[in-house]
Amino acid sequence: MNTGGLGQPDGRGSPGNGPNGGGHDPEAGRAADVVISSRVRLARNLAGFRFPNRAPASERTAVVVKLKPIVLGARLSPQAEWVDLTATTPMHRASLVEERLISRHHAMGKAGEPMHGRAVAIGLPDRRLSIMINEEDHLRLQAIRPGFDLSGVVEQIDRVDDAIEQKADYAFSPRFGYLSACPTNVGTGVRLSVMLHLPALKITRELEKVKRAADDLGLTVRGSYGEGTEATGDFYQISNQTTIGKSEAVLLREMETEIIPSVIAYERTARERLVKGGRRGMEDQAWRAVGLLLHARLLSTEEATKMLSRIRLGIALGLIPGLRLPLIQQLLIASQPAHIQMAIGQELTQEQRREARAALLRSKLGEAFATKRPPPRLIRPGSAEPRPEPPVGPSNRPQEPGPSHPNDGDGREL
Amino acid sequence: MKCDLCDAEATVHETQIINGQVRVRRLCEQHAAEQGLTGVASQPTSNTGATVVLSMNKKATGLRCQSCGLSYAAFRQNGLLGCSACYEAFEDKLTPLIERAHQGGTHHIGKTPARMLAAAQGGDVQAIERVLGDARERAERVALLRQQLEDALTNEQYERAATLRDELRRSEAEEQGPEGEPA
Repeated sequence: MNTGGLGQPDGRGSPGNGPNGGGHDPEAGRAADVVISSRVRLARNLAGFRFPNRAPASERTAVVVKLKPIVLGARLSPQAEWVDLTATTPMHRASLVEERLISRHHAMGKAGEPMHGRAVAIGLPDRRLSIMINEEDHLRLQAIRPGFDLSGVVEQIDRVDDAIEQKADYAFSPRFGYLSACPTNVGTGVRLSVMLHLPALKITRELEKVKRAADDLGLTVRGSYGEGTEATGDFYQISNQTTIGKSEAVLLREMETEIIPSVIAYERTARERLVKGGRRGMEDQAWRAVGLLLHARLLSTEEATKMLSRIRLGIALGLIPGLRLPLIQQLLIASQPAHIQMAIGQELTQEQRREARAALLRSKLGEAFATKRPPPRLIRPGSAEPRPEPPVGPSNRPQEPGPSHPNDGDGREL
Repeated sequence: MKCDLCDAEATVHETQIINGQVRVRRLCEQHAAEQGLTGVASQPTSNTGATVVLSMNKKATGLRCQSCGLSYAAFRQNGLLGCSACYEAFEDKLTPLIERAHQGGTHHIGKTPARMLAAAQGGDVQAIERVLGDARERAERVALLRQQLEDALTNEQYERAATLRDELRRSEAEEQGPEGEPA
């Protein structure tokens, strides 16, 4: 297969590999200097029920009644949170979208579509498994992990799928495989996605090449965070489009050993070139972003995302000692609009959100630096903004950001 | 819009212009057929001294899923099928669409529901066919896998070839059943 000159397949994330010396962090997963997260989603439907878009409210409810005990009884994670989306506020649903636990479609529905019978089961404590009920299909099973680990999520979701199928009859045809409401998901029903941070390819204008190569291979490249095609913060998601005619194993192999490693290697090479061409400039960009977030009083989501992206690149290049990649990932989610409001506990105006976002980022970044020796360049005697107190111990470590979601349902086992 | 004569959806619109007077009739497929208003949208005619414009509502072709009632036209409009049976009802039309959307893929290759397969393997030929397809479908699937394997070898993609070989073995094992007996 032609990988479009994306470089050598490499990039399985060994720590000293490429210019990611400062970025290696076991918590952030493999190849975390470039890969944010790996995700798999399976589309499944029950035999004998119309697909959710065609089913009246009573039938959608019947699907929930049937699936709830099956999903919760399968004990798919140590614990589970069952969220009846019909009983949630739009803000709560939006925060679940920001966590990528439910889709936008599941949160709002298409225009005029009722919310009847929509639910999601979330695996606890790590919130990395989610099972959407009555989204476009009766079941959407999803597993997500930090870093580059498609095999890991595929193995996990396969077990979840088998456990549910023990008790539920799936709509399946020998010819078309797992039947889905939209024929673009039919067959395996598998969507593999990898979220990548590709700032260097953006700067060097090589991203178009990646997009074209991906397109030839039946993959799509989309921006994550931000609307439309423009990716705020240079976060991109690459996913397979083809779901029928190739087995799960082949789809996984293509993504995991052929395509994504090439993109990772390509991004790393571009980063190396950028650093060679002007290390001081790269350092300056990263630290300016730190400075802005440490002092800004009003921040839009877009600006926060852009700054966090620059800081992320700085950490990955080893230019910002003292910060870790998982913190940046947490902050990217915590600074989204619904998370800001959930943390405060009420709806806020745009201005209030900007203020709260700036305060959150100041405090979290301040705490993170306080646990390390403060970088000398940040100490400005007589600064109007006193830096946080020096470290007082492990309790000073950044807390898990984001709100704890009220458990709407039975916190039963999944 | 409803048919002038019943509650079904009107799919044929007939516009008659007689001496500047416009008369519009909206009919469902069945009543249009009874009135002889079928076929392709007709040319304006004047055999009765009137101008008649017959327009078929293009959104509605006759194709409909008997199980959930979804028309093929409605599917084309919103992109979503209504139930499992739609795949059979619209199979001829869906196949080229699926082929285009999936790099030529038209047959499922891969996982089969584990419990469904295990149950089928203990059952008769019909049970197996409901999960794995009839002899023709199974032969097609194996041929597709062999083709993909050959392509992988030609392109020196040995790891992919190994995955495909595993897939072929798994396919064969599925047909054999747990005891290795042909099902």
